[in-house]
Amino acid sequence: MQKLTIRILTLLAVLQVGTTCLAEQNLTVMTHDSFNVSKKVISAFERTHQARVIFLKSGDAGAALIQAILAKDAPMADVFFGVDNTFFSRALKADIFIPYDSPLLAGIADHFRLDPSNRLVPVTYGDVCLNYDRQWFTKKGLAPPSSLEDLVKPAYKGLTVVENPATSSPGLAFLLATIAHFGEKGYLDFWQGMRANDTLVANGWEDAYYGHFTAASKGDRPIVVSYASSPPAAVHFSSTPLAEAPTAAVVDNRSAFRQIEFAGILRGTKHPELAGKFIDFLLDVPFQEDVPLQMFVFPVNPAAKLPEVFSRYAVVARDPAEVSPADIEAHRERWLEEWTTVMLR
Amino acid sequence: MKPSGISLRWAFLLPPLLFLLVFYFQPLLRILLLSYSPGSGGGQSGHLFTGSVYLRVLWFTFWQAALSTLLTVFLALPGAYVYAHYHFTGKRFLRALSTVPFVLPTMVTAAAFRALLGSHGLVNTWLMEYGGFDSPPIRMEQTVSFFLLAHVFYNYTLVLRIVGEFWARIDTRTTEAAALLGASPRQVFCRITLPLLLPAISSSALLVFIFCFTSFGIILLLGGPGHATIEVEIYRQAVHLFNLPMAASLSLIQIMMNFALMWIYARIGRDSAISFFTDTLPGRPRPARGLGEKALLAANLTIIGLLLAAPLLALVIASLSGREGITLAYYFALFSTKAQSVFAIAPGRAIANSLFFALSATALAVALGLSASTALSAKTLRFRTFWEVVILLPLATSAVTLGFGFIVSLNRPPFDLRDSLLLIPLAHTLVAFPFVVRCLLPAQRSISPSLREAASLLGASPMRIWYRIDLPLIARAVGIGAIFAFSVSMGEFGATSFIARPHTPTMPVAVFRFLSQPGDLNYGQAMAMSCILMLVTVLGFLSLEKLSPGHRT
Repeated sequence: MQKLTIRILTLLAVLQVGTTCLAEQNLTVMTHDSFNVSKKVISAFERTHQARVIFLKSGDAGAALIQAILAKDAPMADVFFGVDNTFFSRALKADIFIPYDSPLLAGIADHFRLDPSNRLVPVTYGDVCLNYDRQWFTKKGLAPPSSLEDLVKPAYKGLTVVENPATSSPGLAFLLATIAHFGEKGYLDFWQGMRANDTLVANGWEDAYYGHFTAASKGDRPIVVSYASSPPAAVHFSSTPLAEAPTAAVVDNRSAFRQIEFAGILRGTKHPELAGKFIDFLLDVPFQEDVPLQMFVFPVNPAAKLPEVFSRYAVVARDPAEVSPADIEAHRERWLEEWTTVMLR
Repeated sequence: MKPSGISLRWAFLLPPLLFLLVFYFQPLLRILLLSYSPGSGGGQSGHLFTGSVYLRVLWFTFWQAALSTLLTVFLALPGAYVYAHYHFTGKRFLRALSTVPFVLPTMVTAAAFRALLGSHGLVNTWLMEYGGFDSPPIRMEQTVSFFLLAHVFYNYTLVLRIVGEFWARIDTRTTEAAALLGASPRQVFCRITLPLLLPAISSSALLVFIFCFTSFGIILLLGGPGHATIEVEIYRQAVHLFNLPMAASLSLIQIMMNFALMWIYARIGRDSAISFFTDTLPGRPRPARGLGEKALLAANLTIIGLLLAAPLLALVIASLSGREGITLAYYFALFSTKAQSVFAIAPGRAIANSLFFALSATALAVALGLSASTALSAKTLRFRTFWEVVILLPLATSAVTLGFGFIVSLNRPPFDLRDSLLLIPLAHTLVAFPFVVRCLLPAQRSISPSLREAASLLGASPMRIWYRIDLPLIARAVGIGAIFAFSVSMGEFGATSFIARPHTPTMPVAVFRFLSQPGDLNYGQAMAMSCILMLVTVLGFLSLEKLSPGHRT
């Protein structure tokens, strides 16, 4: 048995040597499970820079960031992709990123660039908002919701499923939307109304969407908190061609929260130059044009053209509800606590 | 023989302990120290004992685990009897099928139960159509019964296999003799069979209990936000609130509670095993005869059918039903090469990866488990209760904590494994190997010492005794341990959901990927991939059973 252990340990050591030898041309990118990119786009980068890009997927957005922070003293990767504005201040406070002034930042709108010292640069954005099942509302002869206020009306009793902000990132984004919309004084009244109106709370997006939303499951909730890009995704990933999106998003009247996703170079990287090139690549048109159909979010680079399914079916909030990252970091725990008390206890 | 026997015990115990030291205690210690160090974020650990909320969480965790365990044992025990005593068509297939839930991702299990019992599921639709109900009569969304049902669904097989196997090995001459002497069937059961079975029942019940105690995905998904186990709360605190001190405290509480329970269990259980395994052939399973036996068989098959087979069947149906009726579109989409993403998963690759990880984890877990249980079964081993509990600890430890522990500990040679592929089977082994030990211990402890002594008198070396006496007698238990180790890895249990992993899609990872984006094609492909996962798993079980040395039909 000891022999076996020794053999296993030797094997481990050999593999270890093997991987460190290769590491010279490798760029490791740590990211969350929802990250996606086309083969074509990434191999173009690999060819140009004679590098191999390795993606380390590390759970949901929150779990991935914490792993990067925990690995601070001996970073596991060179670049991190996927800090959103709800985790933005926490990421900067942990001091795990180094500044990089990408030349491509010049073309990107100021309202996306939340970090003046460019430790975190914006790459994509998307609006978290209400989605509804179009067919369900047509059949019932009920007007679909057009604002947050509609949700607490008696006609919409028992129709909505939201995600728990304490366990889900769209859930938190939607809570922030209501805080921005109703103000710190009024948002709990709204949620009290939501509870009285028999709102269902699911712990995660998958469960809300594929477990309860009438347009995607055998559930009984025709209104769900999802993304403004979910309707084009439903068209794009349809088994039969669709002329119309089965679902629609509500983004008007300051009812949507804008999630911006950032990337940064991890402090302690052994390939700072290549990492910088990778940030440039994330901001450049080929990757930015790849973003919509791979991750179903919008590119921040205005030069990127949107695919047809996006220009036809996706909507963008004109006046998204906003809460600053500093406010989110300062009050997150209290807001979650208050929300939980009102909705679940 | 004595001194060499003792040093041999330690030689057996050493590899598993070293493994635990490197891959369990070291990571755990590092993450706990880091969590309590100043500046680790949070710093509100004072909250822990002031909030009655946390007492509620502790209490909830405890009672739901206890209730789940009772229910599972209650339902599965008659099944174990039937499996030990009767022979019937489709027996092996049905047993393989009963273990499939073990590998299903929680989202898929939820989908299966909703397809059956959801408000628009099969049963409710049928009841509304023919039963004259206006609204769905069964409402179990986010109720306690929903996740209790899921816990039984997942764990039924543990009791069925571990107790069933043990039961089949009980020498029927004892019970026959008692009956002959005028004992009623009830007396025979209560006085003879039950005491003999107790080690196996408690061994499997302990596994079920720990499993439900640390339940994460099931409670998170099916229980809804109104219910939280300690494990769910650890995840919430660590990942969403970044309150590491609180997460660490909860992890410690979870470990200590389980440690205490396992200690009590081990103290009670360690000497109760009666040696009764013989090398003579136990009573072979035979077809059920007479009305009573047939009724019993039918009742148990109905339970297995309704509880286990029906939800699985619902998944198969879901993978085949498109917008316009029956379709193979999702399977075609799965096997087409249309997807351009770097992360697009060819089913062949996913199957190969899953099998590779599962087989390596199984091999390692069986080797370590066999080694550990051989050492633990010896009455001469000092502190054996302690070692027994130590070996079970990884099973009772928060996956979030352990996953984060890997990141802060396995970061320098020779164990810089954080972004290595090896970490995945190693993490699986950590959970799988206590399973193997629990499957083996009851069997190994009930080997009569007189057999070993006789062999020793005749001049056999300890190694030879182990090889010629222990191994053949526990071969079937090894097979069962291997099957559970295999399932633990196929289902991606434990810390692997919280460790960074390079791009090596396995089947559960593929399912998650599809379920993370909207669109019926994604949902359909997730269901199709789950069905492939089920198929590969059943085939895996059947071949593992065939391969295991003690195989008999």
